[in-house]
Amino acid sequence: MDKILVGLKRVVDYNVRVRVRSDGSGVETDGVKMSINPFDEIALEEALRIKERGDASEVIVVSIGGNDSQQQLRTGLAMGADRAILVDSGESGDPLTYARVFLALIERENPGLVILGKQAIDNDNSQTGQMLAALWDRPQATFASKLEVNGDKATVTREVDVGLEIVEIDLPAVVTVDLRMNEPRYVKLPDIMKAKKKPLDTIDIAELNIEQAPAIKEVNFEPPSDREKGVLVDDVAGLVAALKDKGLL
Amino acid sequence: MPKVLIVAEHADGKANSSTAKCVACASAIPDAEIHIVVLSDDSESVANELAALAGVARVIRVDNSQNSNTIAAVQAPQVVAVTDGYSHVFGPSTTFGKDLMPRVAALLGVNQVSDIMEVLGSHSFKRPVYAGNAVVTVEAPSDSIVVATVRVASYRSVPNDGGATIDAVTIEAELPAHTRFLELQAGSADRPDLQTAATVVAGGRALGSTESFDLIYKLADALGAGVGASRAAVDAGYVPNEMQVGQTGKIIAPDLYIAIGISGAIQHLTGIKDAGTIVAINKDGEAPIFEVADIGLVGDLFTIVPELQDAVS
Repeated sequence: MDKILVGLKRVVDYNVRVRVRSDGSGVETDGVKMSINPFDEIALEEALRIKERGDASEVIVVSIGGNDSQQQLRTGLAMGADRAILVDSGESGDPLTYARVFLALIERENPGLVILGKQAIDNDNSQTGQMLAALWDRPQATFASKLEVNGDKATVTREVDVGLEIVEIDLPAVVTVDLRMNEPRYVKLPDIMKAKKKPLDTIDIAELNIEQAPAIKEVNFEPPSDREKGVLVDDVAGLVAALKDKGLL
Repeated sequence: MPKVLIVAEHADGKANSSTAKCVACASAIPDAEIHIVVLSDDSESVANELAALAGVARVIRVDNSQNSNTIAAVQAPQVVAVTDGYSHVFGPSTTFGKDLMPRVAALLGVNQVSDIMEVLGSHSFKRPVYAGNAVVTVEAPSDSIVVATVRVASYRSVPNDGGATIDAVTIEAELPAHTRFLELQAGSADRPDLQTAATVVAGGRALGSTESFDLIYKLADALGAGVGASRAAVDAGYVPNEMQVGQTGKIIAPDLYIAIGISGAIQHLTGIKDAGTIVAINKDGEAPIFEVADIGLVGDLFTIVPELQDAVS
């Protein structure tokens, strides 16, 4: 296979305790650490491993968003991607628009695989990969924990509710990855220096003639309702009594 | 009048309870007429079962030999083919629905509302974001079809006192052969299913090994409970991933959840906050799990759990 396309979304870092803004307009992002969506980092690691095994010749990382997403693309380049494309869409977007952007890039690049995270940890939508596969009319293997490329086919292990499902798909295809697929490599300082010289192209989203998807409006954000703090018991006898009291034993 | 089509989840000739929970969610839309579509190679028994769900007016059977396995690329065009005249298409927010429904939405040219936890109106819903650290109220456009997944932990199954009509339709759509099912490696079936069990016992990293996890299994068996685990326990290799509870695993709502040796990272709490009663057993009294637990017991799980097992046996 020639190319693998990987999506990298800029999101609030996994370790940040997210807080809702008091006016309900969203969550606090000022001064908050931003990172590559962890699932996307796993997607990139997998693409790099496929290339290192000799099953692909180029790994291209793609981000859709504002200029600051260049930071995540540079990290992707430092991990080992060959080049990066930023589709400048201003601030936020929606999954169907993202899928349409990827489709436009697929028409330019003709990749053999598109590997994405199974969901982004900000909106928790889990839609873009499936939508892209639909628009592209190609296979989708979602929630993947193992991916083996064999010529023009791939065997994918999917993490489903009842266990593991193994499917065979024809390439090209979309694969979305789950947490247990691999452990992403650490970026070393010389790689960060080298990444500065790798190509990062910016495309204005308007150039791609994307049809505007009907937006789902986010009207108001609120913190989740808290559970009330319970009681502490001293021993197993106390626990059993408390459970009996609630009619649970 | 809103007309809601629910895509049924089923396996081995039986409906998954996620479908009855989708019906409960759809019933919260004022004046909704609710239909269910069953895609299968032989849908008769599932259709009969689903026709009994309260509030369902019609069950549509779509039998096709290509539906013997659930492959989203094969099922999505069939779902789209029967959506004419519907204002909403719902599926469960299980791996089945999460795989299929966005593919349906894209073919219909709309974004999806993922993980509905509350219905405010026919086009207004609440859903969790940021691992449940925020809840957002969303409004779907009123001039296009609403495709959504339902956060099943937010709903209780509707009762079985309905009587829907059942009819079969044939769909003339060319279905792709580019995705082929090879194998399903299912987990142990001798315990109640984690997502539907009334009681769930879950273990965390503090168990320390696969062998020690036996304590959890034994307590669960004494209680007739399903077994879950924190992501830390899964990552440490003590148990397989299908047991994971939390943002990246299963979202569950048992009547009783017993968390043993689980510190309670926010990503884990996301998966259990709809549980009826949460019990926490942990040696660290400062662990965040105690912030949400209804009953807490601070101490060494290796002495407490066998004692508890004896007490409930």
